[in-house]
Amino acid sequence: MAHAVQPAAPPAEEGIGVYTQKLGMWVFLASEVMFFTALIGTYIILRWGSAESWPVPQDILNIPLTAFNTFVLICSSVSMVKAYAAATHDDQKGLRLWLVLTVLAGATFVGVQLLEYRHLIHEGLLPSGIRDGSALAARLVDSGKLSATAAGLFGSAFFTMTGFHGFHVTCGVICMTFVTIKAFRGGYSGGRFHGVEVIGLYWHFVDLVWIILFTIVYLI
Amino acid sequence: MTAAAAPHDAGLHAGHDDRPWLRRYVFSTDHKTIGIQFLFLSLTFLLLGGLMAMVIRWQLGFPGTPVPGGSVLPDAMAPGGVIRPSFYNALVTMHGTFMIFFAVMPLLTGVFANYLIPLKIGAPDMAFPRLNMWSFWLMIPAGTLALAGFFVEGGSAASGWTAYAPLSNSPLYTGVSAGQILWCLAIIIFGASSLLGSVNYIATVVNLRAPGMTWMRLPLSVWALFITAILALLAVPILAGAIIMLLFDQVLGTHFYLPTGGGQPLLWQHLFWFFGHPEVYILILPAMGIVSDVIANGSRKPIFGYTSMVFAIGGIAGLGFMVWGHHMFVSGMNPTLGTSFMASTMLIAVPTSIKVFNWLGTMWRGNIHFHVPMLNAIGFLSMFVIGGLSGIFMAATPVDMYIHDTYFIVAHIHYVLFGGSLFAAFAGIYYWFPKMFGREMHDGLGRWHFGLTFVFYNLTFFPMHLLGLGGHMRRLYDPTQYPFLAPMQPINVFVSVSAFLLMAAQLPFVVNFFWSLFRGPKAPLNPWRDNSLEWTVPSPPPHGNFVETPTVYRGPYEYSVPGELEDFLPQDRPAPARQEAH
Repeated sequence: MAHAVQPAAPPAEEGIGVYTQKLGMWVFLASEVMFFTALIGTYIILRWGSAESWPVPQDILNIPLTAFNTFVLICSSVSMVKAYAAATHDDQKGLRLWLVLTVLAGATFVGVQLLEYRHLIHEGLLPSGIRDGSALAARLVDSGKLSATAAGLFGSAFFTMTGFHGFHVTCGVICMTFVTIKAFRGGYSGGRFHGVEVIGLYWHFVDLVWIILFTIVYLI
Repeated sequence: MTAAAAPHDAGLHAGHDDRPWLRRYVFSTDHKTIGIQFLFLSLTFLLLGGLMAMVIRWQLGFPGTPVPGGSVLPDAMAPGGVIRPSFYNALVTMHGTFMIFFAVMPLLTGVFANYLIPLKIGAPDMAFPRLNMWSFWLMIPAGTLALAGFFVEGGSAASGWTAYAPLSNSPLYTGVSAGQILWCLAIIIFGASSLLGSVNYIATVVNLRAPGMTWMRLPLSVWALFITAILALLAVPILAGAIIMLLFDQVLGTHFYLPTGGGQPLLWQHLFWFFGHPEVYILILPAMGIVSDVIANGSRKPIFGYTSMVFAIGGIAGLGFMVWGHHMFVSGMNPTLGTSFMASTMLIAVPTSIKVFNWLGTMWRGNIHFHVPMLNAIGFLSMFVIGGLSGIFMAATPVDMYIHDTYFIVAHIHYVLFGGSLFAAFAGIYYWFPKMFGREMHDGLGRWHFGLTFVFYNLTFFPMHLLGLGGHMRRLYDPTQYPFLAPMQPINVFVSVSAFLLMAAQLPFVVNFFWSLFRGPKAPLNPWRDNSLEWTVPSPPPHGNFVETPTVYRGPYEYSVPGELEDFLPQDRPAPARQEAH
């Protein structure tokens, strides 16, 4: 998607008025929606179908840190829009600036998420649950506040959902880096900006997924 | 308006081909080469899956006796040639896995969607040729990983192709650990391949149709493949998500499906069948499309009710997402929910019947040519009706309670998947072989292949209905261990012998395929006198397909038009003079 080339198009029956790469990205995103539906659906079933009481998110997670991270990601969507707007106006300087900012914001998000994981694993939260003898175990499980079963489900769902989202952001950052390199080489001048638009669609999608995940995993 | 048909082969012209050998035959981005690669891959897996079925049938017909030639198998599988129960479970699992994911699905979508869509809509190639190449090459590691399971400690995955948890997510029950992990990885990679294919098929059909090829002038095969791609696009990621969680249960210690950790085994069933039921239509809709093309051609009549055919395909696909619970009637679901699943399942009979009656209406009073593809298409039609009718038994909750997980289900799935999908795939192979390879297949061998397959297929699978009603469980290792099944053992022997003969009946096909590939007579441009665009280009078509983008004037089923000299009217032929008169 990062390497959109536009050779001479064959005359064709009118499609749906969307160029092929953009159409392909929309179709791909439909598939991604279903993938995250499987993960989010599982979370809903496990959480509200669980016999045990679900952990209170702020007992385990660092909400302010992730709220900051969410803010960074939303800002990156804004910078993405600015980059696209610059591309449509053939503003090369603006395009490069906003793309670089978007890449940086995406990388920051992934970095903060990795720090968060490191901290959580250190505290004792693992995909398999809360580690025996860890700080979290002492605070929540041993005091009877939380059952080990519910902690296990929480760990499973938390790491799988946020992990796959983080993986998607990482892929986005890598693709965005290629787009940025191409922008610095002048690849999007003169009204050719399909690559910027297509990666932008993906970026907004990943951002949107995070807003849902942040709400249901961290806030409620 | 559309940019970028063939992103990297800028200046793609038919007949101009200077690609190096490796790019031409191995890492090719040409949709025709990829389609043919899928053909060889899927037929190989079809053979593997078939051989597994032979071993399964040997064990069921003659339990405890050594399989002929089975002494080559290692002791972990079959000491002295006698199948171990653990190996039997692995065989049942991998037979289903190979046939569904690596044989029939790539045979119907991988081969025909790749080969036919660009040719039939008048495009030079797929929308994303390089992704298309990846779609094929991902199937190689996927298939290899699935096969590799047989060679690791503990053997291959043995929890059934449905991989029900907790059977699948803990080695406690099957003794399989590495094999199940390999199975998960294989299906995840398969999912990526399927996704790339689907994105391509959808984008191609939407944006690369030739001028005049409006939606309602698309051949029904293209319609079916297009809607199948949408189904796969939306259903396969659910399976990918479910299997990733299953994998994590095994390698990361998560508890998604593990009841001891608070997880929900039923969740797996819901996710699996939310994919699994649309998957059933992924396996049959392309078959219906192929058969529609072949039946109209063989009957020399326009397809009956084209528009209703299109809506029926859409209707089946849409309803397909609302019926998954009918696989789970015995899982203890709320009876009200079960009833609604029963009702939605029965509704599918409506669009399906529309299609069946339309095919019959097409043949009615047609000038029927019983060529080999047509024979296979009629085989599809009759067998699919039986499979469809036995499906109604299972849709009825009270009946399903009784026949659930018996050989009745095995009979049903084989009537729709073999009798339906495979007969249609054979019809497609016989029909498009001349276009793919530029040579004609042998007619007599084709007739023998169809006739013998049709007879032995019915002798193999029809008695399974009786076994099932008699209480014979599916995936059962040794039927003789239950006294109540003992009186039915002769049926098992009969089924097994028929199955061996069914396998042997594929020999004419293999001989025909390879003989025709090298020695068959040169195929003319349009051997079936068909209207669709692929028959207007040479056999095989050159790289880039069309020298000039064709213009389409009508639908693909204008056979026996009154007043025409010939009994067909190709889609790209300008309107005849008599029509311009008024």
